[in-house]
Formats: sequence, C-alpha cells, structure tokens
Amino acid sequence: MKIPDPLKNNMYAELARRNLKRQAVRTMLAAIGIIIGVIAISSMGILGNSLKLSVTDSFSDIGDKIIVYPAPGEDYITDKQVDQIKKVSNIESVIPVRSGGEVVEYKKGGTTFQYYVSVYDLKKEDLDKLADLEQGRYFKPGSTECVVGSGIAKNLDLSLGQKIEIDGTNLRVVGILRERGLGFDISTDSGVFTSSEMYEKLYPDADDGYGTVIVVVKDINKIDPVMEGIEERLNKKEDTVTVFATNSITESLDSVFRSVSLFLMGIGSISLLVAGVSILNVMLMSTMERTKEIGIMKAVGASRKDILKMFLLEALFLGLIASTAGAILTLGGSYLIMALLVKNTSYLLTFSSMFYVLEGFLFGIATSLLGGMYPAWKASMMKPLDALRYE
Amino acid sequence: MPETIVEIKKVTKIYTLGANKIYALNKVSAKIEKGDFVTIMGSSGSGKSTLLNMLGCLDLPTSGKVLINNTDLSNLDDDGLTSLRRNNIGFIFQQFNLIQTLTAVENVEIPMIFNGASPQKRRKRALKLLQKAQLPPEYAHHKPNELSGGQQQRVAIARALANNPPILLADEPTGNLDTKTGHGVMELLRELNQAGTTVIVVTHDPRMEEYSRTTIRLQDGEIVNEDT
Repeated sequence: MKIPDPLKNNMYAELARRNLKRQAVRTMLAAIGIIIGVIAISSMGILGNSLKLSVTDSFSDIGDKIIVYPAPGEDYITDKQVDQIKKVSNIESVIPVRSGGEVVEYKKGGTTFQYYVSVYDLKKEDLDKLADLEQGRYFKPGSTECVVGSGIAKNLDLSLGQKIEIDGTNLRVVGILRERGLGFDISTDSGVFTSSEMYEKLYPDADDGYGTVIVVVKDINKIDPVMEGIEERLNKKEDTVTVFATNSITESLDSVFRSVSLFLMGIGSISLLVAGVSILNVMLMSTMERTKEIGIMKAVGASRKDILKMFLLEALFLGLIASTAGAILTLGGSYLIMALLVKNTSYLLTFSSMFYVLEGFLFGIATSLLGGMYPAWKASMMKPLDALRYE
Repeated sequence: MPETIVEIKKVTKIYTLGANKIYALNKVSAKIEKGDFVTIMGSSGSGKSTLLNMLGCLDLPTSGKVLINNTDLSNLDDDGLTSLRRNNIGFIFQQFNLIQTLTAVENVEIPMIFNGASPQKRRKRALKLLQKAQLPPEYAHHKPNELSGGQQQRVAIARALANNPPILLADEPTGNLDTKTGHGVMELLRELNQAGTTVIVVTHDPRMEEYSRTTIRLQDGEIVNEDT
C-alpha cells in the first residue's frame, strides 16, 4: 500500500499544526529565533546590495566604452592613430578628445568667483553621444559660444546667455548639460565645451593630437575583441597607447561588493545558526515528550517513514511561518528605514535586493528542516514497545 | 478443519537484568484458531504481556518462531513488522492510549491514514466504527480528556477496528474500568468475535474467562494448561 504524500494529506498537516499549537510559547520562541535569523541574513544582504548600487549608480558610463590614452612616454594620440582605431570592427563611434584644465572666472555683483573646470574640444555630434543637453543648444563652430556641465552651472549659478571668462577670453553660455555623474571618459559635469577654433585660441601651444580617445563599442560583449584590435594595430612594435575598458572597474567593484555582502550575510547567518540549534532543542524536547504518542502511532501502524514525515512537516511548518514573518518584517523594516533615513527606497525594490530576501527566506526554512532532522530521525527510530512503556 | 491464524513455536524470551538472565517466556508453543476468543491469564510477571507484545509484532523472541497469518516475524525488519501489524492487528490497551491532541473520530482515523485511505472515506468509516463501538454520537468530536474511561476504551476499540484486522489484541482492556463498564467493553469484544474477528485478551481478572472459549494460563514463563 502506498503512503500518500503528507502535504496532500491534510491530517498530517493538521497534526503538525496542533502539535505546534500545543506548546505555543515554545513554538513562538523557536520561531522568533528563525525570524531574527531571516531578518539578519536578508537585511545584511540588502545593505550590501544597496551600498553597491549606490556606488555603481554614480558611475554613468559603465560598460560600453573603451578609453585610449597615450602610453607613458608618448605625448598624444595622432589623427593617424585615430584612423587606425576606426578600422577596428565592432566600433560604434570613435571620439577624439582634446582637453585642458582651467580656472573659470565669473563676476557676480562685485565679487569674482573662481572654479576649476576642464575645457574640452569636442565636435558637437560627439558631445551629443556622451551627454544630454538640459537647456539651450550646442555651440556653433567658430563661435565664442560654449556649453557647460551641470556642476559648473550649479556652482557658478549660471544661466543661458551669461558669460564666463577663461584666460581673459569671454565665452557665452548657450547650453547646459544634464547632470551625468562620475565618469571614466570625461567629466561632463565640470566641463566647458567649446569649438575647436576657440580651443586653439585658448591654447595656442596645444598639441596636434588628442589626450584621450573614447571608443564606443556596438555590443558590450565585444569589448575584449575591440580592445585586442586596438592594441594589435597601435602597439605593434612598441606601446604607443594604453587601452582601458570602463567595465573592468565595475567588475572589480562588483567582486568587492560581493565579498562585502557575503561577509555581512555571514554575520547574519550566525544568528540563523543559533536559531537552528534552538529548533533542534525544541524538537528534541517535543520528541521526548511525545515518546508515548510515537509508540501509539507505531502500534497502530505508523512506519518509520510516517513518523519521520510527521516531525519534518512540523519543522517545515515552523520554518515556513517564521521565515515568511521574517521576510515580511525585513521588507517592511527596510522600506521604513530607507524611506525615513535614506529617503530613497528604489534600491530596496530591485531584483537583487528581493533576491536576498528570498535567500534569507530559503535559509530560514532550510535551517528549520536541518534542526528538525535529527529529532525526527530519533523519533522514527524509537522501538514501539519502549516508546509505549515510556511515561 | 479450522484455520490457524496465530502460531508460536518454542518461543523463548530472555531479559538480562545485570548478571541475571530472566526467562520471561520459556519454550512456549501454542496455536490460535481463526475466530477464537482467547484469554491469556496469569499473575503479573508470568510472561503474559511479553507474549502479547510478540503476538502484536511489537517485540521479537530471543529464540523460537511466531507466525501471524502464516508470516514468520523473525524474517521481518521494522517496516515489515509495521505493515504486518497495520494490516492484521488491532490493539486495545489498558491505558486506552488515545492521542490527546486528536478528537475521538480523528483517533479512529489514524490507522487509516497510515494505510493510505482518502480523507472522506476514512472519516465516514471512523464515524461508523464509533457507532459500532457504541460511543454516543455526540462525543465523536470530543478530545479524549473530555471522555470517561469507558468511552475512551470504546474509541480505542473503534481505532483497533479501523483497518478491519483479523486479530484484536487487548491488554487488560478492563483494568482501568469499573466492573459494569468493564462488562460492557467485554460484551462489545464478544460481539466483534461473533462477527468473525479473532480476539486475544490478556488479563489477570478471572471474571473475563466467562467470555472466552480458550484460556491460556501462564506461570513463570510457561504454559501450565490450555482449556478449550
């Protein structure tokens, strides 16, 4: 005769429920252990994940860009080298950049404000690929117009039409870029973008080449072959350029934060371990108390498997209830903390954060089952006669 | 010729107590026929409980053979014993041994669960068995501690009948009951026996003999006589 699946058989479930209820206080205490464990694991995971997200979020250009610099000892990248780069396949666009650091002066009232900026010589269609305009328009070639980054606009309190002075030359602000965050390519937020003519006027001694070449790849998975292609063409005899992929930074950041998350969750899992021991304790006491009942069950036809199932089901129920409570409390608590303290709940509602809640939930159930395993086994191995005689 | 349902052959059970070996049973042989009503009598320490435990597949002999429905117990492992017990034997205990968390009807359902019966079927049968055991229907959904001793023993008898076993084993079924209730329980066992079930009762109460057809008397682990 086949024993039906205990989960389909509502009497097993009913029995487990009643047995848990029979020692309500003890069950509650064991459940609290699991709840705390689940909260600890999942909130530590969320903490690590939010940390990672907040850092990686501040990098805007993660992924599809390769930055080419002159190799140590080289002064600049020549037009010829740029043409060589363009021949590599899988490249979306090649953006040669000339830049210089400068102090901007801006007069307001009687005071003169000073601000360190980077001045860029970029074609306007290239600038369009790297940043978005928030206000105004792009500069006209040959004009004294300029577009400024959001950081400059904010700090100098600039608006369209105003003038800034660089090295005694006045530039009129015709456009302001949208804030983009930290970048590996160029710092658009603290950049001043103007025409090549103006750039050469500002820097009459400027090199003929470029300080940086930004390469945008077509497919993020082709980053490695593109890098190899550039190296192959330009570093044939000796190294003339240094090639750097922006995603290599994220990869190392990723691994750092993975370790941080793992470490935090490790701390959290200690509490779950303690909870597991308390489940073990509770279930062991329960099997001792119910020795006679186990004997009766065996006398009326329960096999070892039946007894094992009964006790494991109890542990599973305890784990399920406690882990669900833990997961709900984690979500609620994290939401409150993030809403009140960080004032940004977006990191919580990401797939990766939810994954940690799920992980905590599953760990909670697994711990309960593990804790219940030995007592269940012990109960199933009892000899019916000894169990019946137990008082 | 009547069919033999239980057979014991030279059964010996030795308990070791410190350096002493105690012969709870010493080369006991007996045959019980199908449909018989047997009482096993004897004072305490005579070995009657040991014998009952063996007939109930709860214990194995040190030597000798026990055959239930032609199955030799010594060849079975724990699960084999369980399944033999489940399908052939209904237990009735002196202490009733009902499960306190379950209601009367649920207690009767328990053996059917282990036998794989569906919830609807076993509930129906359990209620029918409680009726057969003459438990007033209003008590079917009470917990054991809300029932009198006699009522609890009726629930226990209904539970023993759950899987329709050919053998009922009762260990001092009236030991915890007053005389009148005890007779009621014995009457019920007689009715079940008349319906075809083999009933084996262990008792030290001589009044129970009037219900039985066969009496096995045990003394110091040996059968002193067998009356039919």
